[in-house]
Amino acid sequence: MNDLKEYLLSMENINKSFPGVQALDDVTLEVLPGEIHALVGENGAGKSTLMHALSGVSKMDSGTIYWKGQPVEINQPADAQKLGISMIYQELAVIPYLDVGKNIFLGREPQANVPGVINWKKLYQQAQEQLDKLGLDIDPKTPVEALTIAQQQMVEVVKALSMDSSLIVMDEPTSALTEKEVEALFSYMDKLRENNVSIIFISHRLDQIQRVSDRITVLRDGKWIETSDISDLTQDDIVRMMVGREIEKNLEKRAKSTSEIVLKVENISSGDEVQNITFGLHKGEILGIAGLVGAGRTALAEAIFGFRKISSGYIELDNNKIKFDSPQIAIEHGLGFVPEDRKAQGLFLNMAVWQNIIIAGIRKLTRFGFLKKDESQKLSNSLVDGLDIKTPNLNQQVKNLSGGNQQKVIIARWLSLKPKILILDEPTRGIDVGAKVEIHNFLRQMADDGVGILMISSELPEILGVSDRILVMKEGRLVAEFDPEINSQDDIMRAAAGSKGGNHKED
Amino acid sequence: METTKKTNIISSLQRASGLFLLILVATIFTLLSDLFLTVSNFTNIALQTSVVAVATIGMTLTMLMAGIDLSVGSIAAFSGAIVAGLMTRNGIPMPVAIFLGIAIGSILGSINGVLSVYGKLPPFVATLAMLGIARGLTLVYTEGKPISGLDESFTFLGSGKLGPVPMPVVIWLVVLLIMFLILRYTKFGLYIYAIGGNEETARFAGIPTNRIKTIIYALSGALASLTGILLTARLWSAQPQMAAGLELDAIAASVLGGVSLFGGVGSVVGACIGVLIIGMLGNGLNLLRVPSYYQQVIKGVVFILAVIFDMYAKRQAKK
Repeated sequence: MNDLKEYLLSMENINKSFPGVQALDDVTLEVLPGEIHALVGENGAGKSTLMHALSGVSKMDSGTIYWKGQPVEINQPADAQKLGISMIYQELAVIPYLDVGKNIFLGREPQANVPGVINWKKLYQQAQEQLDKLGLDIDPKTPVEALTIAQQQMVEVVKALSMDSSLIVMDEPTSALTEKEVEALFSYMDKLRENNVSIIFISHRLDQIQRVSDRITVLRDGKWIETSDISDLTQDDIVRMMVGREIEKNLEKRAKSTSEIVLKVENISSGDEVQNITFGLHKGEILGIAGLVGAGRTALAEAIFGFRKISSGYIELDNNKIKFDSPQIAIEHGLGFVPEDRKAQGLFLNMAVWQNIIIAGIRKLTRFGFLKKDESQKLSNSLVDGLDIKTPNLNQQVKNLSGGNQQKVIIARWLSLKPKILILDEPTRGIDVGAKVEIHNFLRQMADDGVGILMISSELPEILGVSDRILVMKEGRLVAEFDPEINSQDDIMRAAAGSKGGNHKED
Repeated sequence: METTKKTNIISSLQRASGLFLLILVATIFTLLSDLFLTVSNFTNIALQTSVVAVATIGMTLTMLMAGIDLSVGSIAAFSGAIVAGLMTRNGIPMPVAIFLGIAIGSILGSINGVLSVYGKLPPFVATLAMLGIARGLTLVYTEGKPISGLDESFTFLGSGKLGPVPMPVVIWLVVLLIMFLILRYTKFGLYIYAIGGNEETARFAGIPTNRIKTIIYALSGALASLTGILLTARLWSAQPQMAAGLELDAIAASVLGGVSLFGGVGSVVGACIGVLIIGMLGNGLNLLRVPSYYQQVIKGVVFILAVIFDMYAKRQAKK
């Protein structure tokens, strides 16, 4: 072990247990001044628990935190803030109805001459300065709810940066950002590093970690596995340490993809977000839809699923024109939809695993309106086994599962209905590497079984690695079609961001 | 910038929809009745609405932090009875009696606050219990009978005038001005909105959320007391059943005025416009000699239409 004084922060031998789980087992994390330190591990590896101990959200059982070489007690968020540690949480922590300036300086408003009165002029001026520093084109008087999710996330970043902290913890700050915004954030992180600010960077995106970090600490199952310079490790090394085993990466493609079209979308429009879109989805095919955030991909999926009104055009299913006025009708015709925001749109968090699985197909599991519980449990049980959902039992509340297992529960729900078409919107966002690969494998398996799969994803490696064919959307329109065997990330980015490339479709 | 322009439209529509409705109601009654658009009638409307308005301001404060206070009617009645009782039964001087009355309201309000904040009871439950308790205490204290024989210096608060303006209206406007300034310019005011918008975030930002919430419930209790005192002064007596249902009027007025039931959105000015809409509706229907039973039906229908219109306007603005 190095001399503690070298480190800005060192968390030594941290232990924390929850009933039945040793969440942190003698974990050590040491951060140098002015470095970007990546903290990685699968969900449940203990990253959040460790950060909660650092931020004062929850108490550790034993261990010591040294700050600039001195042992410190952090019992509440204010303690951490006073030391100069600020946090950007994964979940958005903005107040939607307040404007940007108020959000940035919440709790730290500049005071006017009268005590308790806020100097608004100064507040907005300072907010503007902070926004300018990051090159953000946002008016500080805009209510946060009027911003895009990505912009809201940037507001959080600005808020943390404005605290003049010497350590900033960023928990998945990029998950909702566009590539351009990610770049802006990274270049600002570089600037912070030059100013001797340290950053703990938590992310599942290994490419981003390699791009921006200096050193990396890997956790697995609550234990410290490795800390090393990022340049000493390949992505495969990192994945192996996180997962604890080799994982198969290469999916066999186009195993049984056929020419039979199961879903035909003919010239449909819906609001400004979906304009004159035409494509066909083949049986057994995984069709990827790429594009920037806000390109209308989610709106397209919702329009197909009957969640959003179609103003013109039509949908054909097995060569029959069909009008989906509601998701219910879509489901009856064999469609399934795994939405982008699994907690808000996909799950009943307080309900049991088995209830979440059977809910869409519940009609088939009732007799005279009463639920056939044995049959329901049997069905859920087989799906939990089949998808390898890690849960202590079927009665576990879904909110207690990890993100990857939650996503599998939603997939199990649709599998129980034996769908012909499954639409997935960002199926692996915020999910750890192991579960991600498993989900990709399930998707391929389903496709092999003849299901047509429409997958929206903002992660280009995922789009390229999983899809048989790729459509790119931009500003509500389809702008290109690509072959993942031939085309590259650059081709997709160019099409999505607007310059030429690929086989452009004529309208 | 595009987003800025869009939000300006949203906020101005949100703000204006209450005002728009107020003008609409006023226009309709002006066309239907010659008696409506006169100085004396408008003074009358202001006087009739002032009592509800004071309680509505307190209600709005609780709703802004995603709470609610169902006990305002009962606290109003209890405080009114206490003040009347202290003066007539115990001969306590008016300023002291009023002070004690408001103090009791604040204490009952802070009990609401402590129960919901530290006792973790939903505010709906805590204040519903207080609704029963305070009304019961009123009946016990008054023995179910009105307390009358009030001094004229006290009834002046309800029936007197400051120049051409009735006293309750003066008090209402003073309370409104103070609360408006607090919400608009102080940290305390901003923190109320922050708590209603996202309490967790507010706590992480170092805002003493528990203390602020408790203070707001105490404040709501104090304003309910003031309402009870004004009502007692106007009626020349403390009635044990007075202000029953006041909480529902206050909630309806706040919602009409654009205050969200889920917290974080709205203003005291908007809420007072809401009070005026309801007051004007009652006044106009009276002038048109609509029987009071029908009036209740009409008010309910107008309330629903107004809220639907408001939601529609917001959705349009967001598109």
